[in-house]
Amino acid sequence: MISLKRTMLFIPGNNPSMLMNSIVFGSDCVIFDLEDAVSEKQKDAARILVRNGLKTLDFENTEVFVRINDISTKYWKNDLEEVMKGKINSILLPKTESPKSVKEAEKYIEELEKKYNIEKQITIMPLLETALGIENAFQIAKSSERIEGLFLGAEDLTADLGAKRTKEGKEILYSRSRVVTAAKAAKILAIDTPFTDVDDDEGLVKDTIFAKEIGFDGKASISPRHVDIINKIFMPSKEEIIYAHKVIDAIEKAEEEGKGVVSLEGKMIDAPIVNRARKVLLVLNKSRGVM
Amino acid sequence: MSKIVKTFKEVFKLCGLKNGMTISFHHHMRNGDYVLNNVISQLDECGFRDIKIAPSAVFPIHEPLIEYIKKGVVTSIDTNYMSGSVAEFISLGEMEQPVKFRSHGGRPKAMEDGEIKVDVAFVAAPSSDKMGNINGVLGSSACGSLGYAFSDVEHAKSVVAVTDYLVDYPNPYISIDETKVDYVVPVSKIGDSAKIVSGTTKITRDPVGLTIAKNAASVIEKSGLLKNGFSFQTGAGGASLAAAYYLKKVMLEKNIQGSFGMGGITKYFVDFLNEGFFKTLMDVQCFDLDAVKSIKENPNHIEISASLYANPNSKSCVVDNLDIVILGATEIDTNFNVNVHTDSNGMIIGGSGGHSDTAAGSKLCIIVTPLIRARLPIIVDKVTTISTPGNTIDVLVTERGIAVNPNRKELKNKLIDEGLKVLDIQEMQNIAQKITGKPKRARLSHKIVGEVIYRDGNIIDTIKAVNKR
Repeated sequence: MISLKRTMLFIPGNNPSMLMNSIVFGSDCVIFDLEDAVSEKQKDAARILVRNGLKTLDFENTEVFVRINDISTKYWKNDLEEVMKGKINSILLPKTESPKSVKEAEKYIEELEKKYNIEKQITIMPLLETALGIENAFQIAKSSERIEGLFLGAEDLTADLGAKRTKEGKEILYSRSRVVTAAKAAKILAIDTPFTDVDDDEGLVKDTIFAKEIGFDGKASISPRHVDIINKIFMPSKEEIIYAHKVIDAIEKAEEEGKGVVSLEGKMIDAPIVNRARKVLLVLNKSRGVM
Repeated sequence: MSKIVKTFKEVFKLCGLKNGMTISFHHHMRNGDYVLNNVISQLDECGFRDIKIAPSAVFPIHEPLIEYIKKGVVTSIDTNYMSGSVAEFISLGEMEQPVKFRSHGGRPKAMEDGEIKVDVAFVAAPSSDKMGNINGVLGSSACGSLGYAFSDVEHAKSVVAVTDYLVDYPNPYISIDETKVDYVVPVSKIGDSAKIVSGTTKITRDPVGLTIAKNAASVIEKSGLLKNGFSFQTGAGGASLAAAYYLKKVMLEKNIQGSFGMGGITKYFVDFLNEGFFKTLMDVQCFDLDAVKSIKENPNHIEISASLYANPNSKSCVVDNLDIVILGATEIDTNFNVNVHTDSNGMIIGGSGGHSDTAAGSKLCIIVTPLIRARLPIIVDKVTTISTPGNTIDVLVTERGIAVNPNRKELKNKLIDEGLKVLDIQEMQNIAQKITGKPKRARLSHKIVGEVIYRDGNIIDTIKAVNKR
């Protein structure tokens, strides 16, 4: 699993044009949304559209997430049944409040993986967007091996808190810190909530820098126009780039020498490390041009 | 002495206008032009038939022309661009004579060569004095540059200035002077200058369009041509303007000042000039009222004739000193030929304008287009109509990657070295067709309704009638 997730771009599941073009905006991940972006009347149509998109389109190096409807609704199982027929990396699980809801989703994902003969395990990213979800962050993070990160959703959260959502974000400071701490304690990623004013680039820069400073690994986006700014701020560090070069050099050398096990500076290099190194170098290359 | 003639009927007589003669118009009033419709209706009233017209462009406002074609008042059209109902009417094969489509540079050449022999040029004049000293910057119908009218007044046997703003002699601004003008006809209104603004002069908000624009700006940045003193032209389409917006950011970052911006001029180019990004604007046509105001007030905003802009017959013209141009396309084929005349159904929706002129003259010609528009792939095996030959196109920029013309190997390698996503044009075609499938070509009739005449005077393609549904 390539785990560089600087930007996670939401794409409404009922918009064929955006679905088709989702990979051109340069985000590391795309999230096809079947939940909030889709009205009750369009749930079926969006689910089918996303399924067909996942079956036909080539997403190249972009990781594909689907935000299904939450497990208290009548939609979530149908969502999984359809979208898992296509190529996806991960499920974004909205309104996750406890390990129990992760387990429930995981059980059904497992069933479908068997049914559809899916070899590569589909991962889960819980979306914490209620007060209870925030308070249970660490337990949720540790509730499944499939979890690769925690995702903070501030819009629903502030409503649940009875707080006013502001650009400064004081009302979510505790929740942000809590999510980052829980994620890092569980050794997984922390993804920050989107900045919702699509015309305020300056505000986006401030908000993203702050998120990075307090430990987030990436940030969600609801606008393709935000992707470049977020990507730039979450560029891998110099140390990480140097390390990535070393990893790839070691792998190439090992391949030349016909070695199966590769080590670097005394430590074994496993597949996730190699994948991350490749992604770091890809990102570096992409950032030289715009694309 | 005065050249004022009160009515068109009278001026037709004075000019010796007869059936079978050719009259010309310029299109600076764009979709707000009243003069062409007015003159043709007067010709009809006077009983004229078999009149050949040579307007530099035809817009939706010229719909009444259809009735006059049907009545036989107008029998031939020679133009650079055509959109709206008249274009549809022509596409359906309703006119006997094929329309001659030229380029903005090719039109003055054709007048010099006698291929277009204008008997009477009717010049919409936003302001004129009694002797025919005219300009485009004064009066309620001010449209700015009168660049396309210059060749008409130079070569027509008679020149009629049609004005709704008669000023005391001498006119304080003179764009076309009295030595070229025979008569002045005052009318109540020559047009609606608010409608010179094209609907596409705003930067796109479409995320795909913005991605294309960003990629185009990257190509310019990495091409090696972006340096102090470079020159630039872009169309008024949303994506082209967005590319200019991103280019501005790069220029600011790198502290680069260009020499001149050219073309149809919009507010964005005016801002470029006012903010010091370019030293000069060369303006053959104003696309909005900010440009009209600027050309009047700013001495560095210069009115140029179509001949100076792009006439290949002239001793030299400005397109030959143009470094970079960004252009659009309705289709592009795997040989880089571009269509801007017809849509994928074969319906006429535009024309070359300055497309083929700037492509030929510039050092770097970039085509910007989405890989898929609506449901259709834009890269095709063979374009429906060749407007601009592929050997003058350097780069195709889409949201998914860049294709470089194989005859620009050095540029291709440079862009690859700079980390841009460069693909073969066939590869890009495949990406699109994987999503859209390969559409069948529209079945057109055998009747030729248009001839595409390249800037050198040769016919490079013909336009066939579409089948009626």
